[in-house]
Amino acid sequence: MGELKLRKGNEAIAEAAIRFGCDGYFGYPITPQSEILETLMVRKPWETTGMVVLQAESEVAAINMIYGGASCGKRVMTTSSSPGISLMLEGVSYLAGAELPCLIVNVVRGGPGLGTIQPSQADYFQATKGGGHGDYQLIVLAPASVQEMHDFVGLGFDLAFKYRIPSLILTDGVIGQMMEKVIVADQEPRWTDEQIQEISGEWATTGKTKDREQNIATSLILEAEEMEKHNHKLQAKYREIEKNDVRYEEFETEDAEYLMVAYGSSARICQKSVEIAREKGIKLGLLRPITVWPFPTIRLAELANQVKGMLSVEMSAGQMVYDVKLAINGKIPVEHFGRVGGMVPSPGEVFEAFEKLILGGK
Amino acid sequence: MAKVRGAIDVDIEHCKGCGLCVEACPTHVIQLAKKVNGKGYNYAHMHQPEACIGCANCGWVCPDSVITVYKVKV
Amino acid sequence: MSLLEIKNIINKENLVYSKTKVVTDNVMHYCPGCSHGVVHKIIAEVIDEMDIQDKTIGISPVGCSVLAYNYLDIDWQQAAHGRAPALATAAKRLMPNHYVFTYQGDGDLASIGTAEIMHACNRGENITVIFINNAIYGMTGGQMAPTTLLGMRTSTSPEGRSVDLHGYPLKITELIAQLPGAAYVTRQSVHTPATVRKAKKAIRKGFENQDKKIGISFIEIVSTCPSGWKISPVESNKWMEEHMFKLYPPGDIKDSEKADEDPYKK
Repeated sequence: MGELKLRKGNEAIAEAAIRFGCDGYFGYPITPQSEILETLMVRKPWETTGMVVLQAESEVAAINMIYGGASCGKRVMTTSSSPGISLMLEGVSYLAGAELPCLIVNVVRGGPGLGTIQPSQADYFQATKGGGHGDYQLIVLAPASVQEMHDFVGLGFDLAFKYRIPSLILTDGVIGQMMEKVIVADQEPRWTDEQIQEISGEWATTGKTKDREQNIATSLILEAEEMEKHNHKLQAKYREIEKNDVRYEEFETEDAEYLMVAYGSSARICQKSVEIAREKGIKLGLLRPITVWPFPTIRLAELANQVKGMLSVEMSAGQMVYDVKLAINGKIPVEHFGRVGGMVPSPGEVFEAFEKLILGGK
Repeated sequence: MAKVRGAIDVDIEHCKGCGLCVEACPTHVIQLAKKVNGKGYNYAHMHQPEACIGCANCGWVCPDSVITVYKVKV
Repeated sequence: MSLLEIKNIINKENLVYSKTKVVTDNVMHYCPGCSHGVVHKIIAEVIDEMDIQDKTIGISPVGCSVLAYNYLDIDWQQAAHGRAPALATAAKRLMPNHYVFTYQGDGDLASIGTAEIMHACNRGENITVIFINNAIYGMTGGQMAPTTLLGMRTSTSPEGRSVDLHGYPLKITELIAQLPGAAYVTRQSVHTPATVRKAKKAIRKGFENQDKKIGISFIEIVSTCPSGWKISPVESNKWMEEHMFKLYPPGDIKDSEKADEDPYKK
């Protein structure tokens, strides 16, 4: 079951797309994620699984191709990096409004603007607080290894279709570019037309047959009363996701007196910082949100009864720290440490920040 | 020479009185009524029904698909 | 002719023209005399006559025809402004045996969506594009379109479109005809019974080209907007013939059974 391979994070995404039976990939090159489209073009899955791969003329076109494909009940995905994702956000809002399942990957780079091609986590707000217009959420998965890059393609699609919602893999240039061993999934067949009817027949635009009403993929509801109802329906769905699909991982939290909160590549760095602390006899633990939306709010609130302080570590000027503070609700001190603009902190640097900000400069 | 007689049936309540059928009719059968429908439009009707040849030109140009056309040979 | 005689003629067996069942019973929101209704109807008739209702996917734009899905009884996708060709590209590539068409206005296709239409045409996607050009923005209340004629008054060119201030009207259909992936490019109108019949034939050809997989079929319909132009529907038709046809003359611009370069074929 599964083959062991050595892969870049980006390559693992491409490989997983084929293996999990993705129907279509539509994307536009941008560093640091171009290997995804390149890998797919080399692998030519249209000759094996029948998966469609297309280099779109822009990110704007790519996300709207996703809208077109997702409307047909197909499992479609796109990938990009920060500036490209910004371009896609109108389409993402439409996808959320029309309740279309799909998978989007953001291999985050430093911003704002054209910024840098170096890794960053400064798109957290964009990913978890909407980003586009209107009240909507995406399921946001934050892989911390090449294995998770691979696995979350499958998980992202599963959750997207479970809730009829776009899933987003929020990763960064570190995970995208680094090579690790990965166990790749066995090849899954793409869904047949019959399976699509069974799974999405109620809404997918597969051609109006005589035995059913029209299916229309739209986010337009002109009457305010109806639009409010639609919003309430979306919000109810989001509450359901918050109840059922929060995912996180804990490291050395059992006896922890202090906690770091970090996701993705920052969590990998913090794991080492925790080891440094433990060597010095400091009982530091780590909580790694795997879903940054829905956020592990309840578990953090529980841990606030156990630890004396929390440090949110992100490669941003402090974004997730707001979610940590909301979860803790003033109970204990919460601080932020991060490098910005494409800089990656070292474990020692993070530990020092922890000492200064949480232990009080000891 | 076989003579044809036609007639049109206008869905009066859905007619918007645009008058394009009046213009398209080669035998000047159709006019907009002096009366209005529920929406306040002067709807199309057969003003000179005996002139209708059932050519369906009115139906072709009607943007609201409210005209049904019939034709018989007499 | 007596009422009785009329009643005798109005009889199922004498029926020569009626609304196709692919047009729904919903009352169209379009203004009196608007060309959209005629174009909707002939698309529906083509779908009915080709018996492809269960295999046709329409992509509606942003603009007056955003609600086209209320009027044609097929499956629809409602696109973001200008992006319909991107949706259609994916839908067609993922369901190659379906018939996919976009329905776009001049603002949607020739302004905000220029990149998407150009690239879909250049890739030679096997889809049909229906482009409604009435030289004005109807939905938002009569603003200037990329296709607005020079000198034409709109709410954003109140003194008439001038080259200095607004630039030239865009003949996008001629541009598209230059692209190798565009197989069939034609300009039609629907202002007389004869032109409606011709436009319907063009649309049918556009749909049939999808079977041949020869590239994109692009059908411009020079249209009227009586409300936006602020003249009656009948006067609008005359104004269109006199003014619009000078810059946008009806007729086939390109018709190649085989596109010069067909990326779909290996």
